[in-house]
Amino acid sequence: MSQMPEELKQRLEDTIKKERVMLFMKGNPSMPQCGFSAAVVAVLKEVGVPFGTFNILSDQDVREGLKLYSNWPTFPQLYVDGQLVGGCDIVRDMHAKGQLAPLLQAPQG
Amino acid sequence: MPINVSEIEQRLLAAFPEAKVQVSDLTGTGDHYAATVVTTAFENKTLLERHRLVYAALGDSMKGDIHALALTTRTPDEP
Repeated sequence: MSQMPEELKQRLEDTIKKERVMLFMKGNPSMPQCGFSAAVVAVLKEVGVPFGTFNILSDQDVREGLKLYSNWPTFPQLYVDGQLVGGCDIVRDMHAKGQLAPLLQAPQG
Repeated sequence: MPINVSEIEQRLLAAFPEAKVQVSDLTGTGDHYAATVVTTAFENKTLLERHRLVYAALGDSMKGDIHALALTTRTPDEP
């Protein structure tokens, strides 16, 4: 298993925790570069909580590093309070079941 | 090496022998897929855990061949 440079690991952790709700996506909310990323942005806007985004197309180190760090092979990736929630399917499914808004709105105990 | 629908189905069935598996190529380019997996192996597992199991079943193909994989993961009891 290849070692991740400590600097990159720290950068990933800092970025994940930059906002309470943090979306790693392709593109940005005003110009998503992928349908799945756009779909997650739409759901987050519908829930109405503030969220941060990171454009993984702008940084190859973060793009590849995050896949290793979280052991998750695709984007978008949504993190809440530093924890991976999942990708587009999971976000949409949770939202349809009414599970997403409570997760995004409540501070973790 | 590109991967096709039946290879993905085979890998999923190898990991979930009792499952009902359905895979489709979303774009015709052999790298954007949708997969539905229905198996009792998903019982009492969160969506995150279920997706991780599917990714593990597909192994290396997630590192290059497959760019996007839309997943529906259910147990036989779930709608």
